[in-house]
Amino acid sequence: MAASDIEIAEHNLQHHFADMDQQRETSTFGMWLFLVTEIMFFGGLFCAYLVYRATYYQAFVEGSQTMNIWLGATNTAVLICSSLSMAMAVRCAQLDQRKMMVILLIVTMLFGAAFLGIKAVEYHEHWTHHQFPGPNFQFEGAEAAGVSPQNVQIYFSLYWAMTGLHALHMIIGIGLVTWITIAGARGHYSADYYSPVENVGLYWHFVDLVWIYLFPLLYLISKKHGG
Amino acid sequence: MGIWAVLMVLTGVTVFASFIELGDLNIVVALVIATIKATLVVLFFMHLYYSSKLTKVTVVAAVFFLFLLLALSMTDYLTRHWLTNPMR
Repeated sequence: MAASDIEIAEHNLQHHFADMDQQRETSTFGMWLFLVTEIMFFGGLFCAYLVYRATYYQAFVEGSQTMNIWLGATNTAVLICSSLSMAMAVRCAQLDQRKMMVILLIVTMLFGAAFLGIKAVEYHEHWTHHQFPGPNFQFEGAEAAGVSPQNVQIYFSLYWAMTGLHALHMIIGIGLVTWITIAGARGHYSADYYSPVENVGLYWHFVDLVWIYLFPLLYLISKKHGG
Repeated sequence: MGIWAVLMVLTGVTVFASFIELGDLNIVVALVIATIKATLVVLFFMHLYYSSKLTKVTVVAAVFFLFLLLALSMTDYLTRHWLTNPMR
């Protein structure tokens, strides 16, 4: 270890920790605790979803028919790819490969932006078809399918709330990745100190995880795709 | 890399499975695949497999309490029609 590295390590070690390992352990644990609160945060919405899906199953089937499965599946793949580049970036941080880490973080952000772009296309589609809950909500074919438009509206309320909250997390995630990309490019991290990269990575994977459940629950309710 | 390939394949499988009519089993298949994917992400992308016992216990506890939240709520909503309320 060069003298400057020791300096960095000592500089990064907060005085209330015994050593870097303990500090890293604590920081990761703290991040997991935060993610636990996030699980419960999304859990409330998933619970609401389950209750209404069980109560108005047919209306949820009709609502889910309007989803574009291919855009949803593409977005799932995009997020999995972003998780891979994120995991590789964390690996690079552990191995002190700064340049590669920065490249992979940028790739991660591009995947994240692609996800939001595809999501925006879907949102626009729903918006122009009056599939946004509120006074302008319209759902054609509800009568023919024998379901109440009001109940389909519940599906769309949950759709917008759940994917919207998820998209908000994506935006925050891209912000966080921007931050560690800049700090990483400036050489703030090393094999001894990369907790911010690790923790932002955990956050990123968590957001991917939420989508892994949102996709089948919102898009793939019934095989009656596209009528 | 291997994990990524498995996740991509499972995404394909879940879309494919949704086109097959399995009745009530569709949701089961979809959720089982999602849970396998989630477990892989948590264990390997999020390094839980290599984490300390404390972190593992925390994550398992979180999943357990999420399960409690969902399961106990559903024991209410799914069984309401089992009883007819004479007051209604």
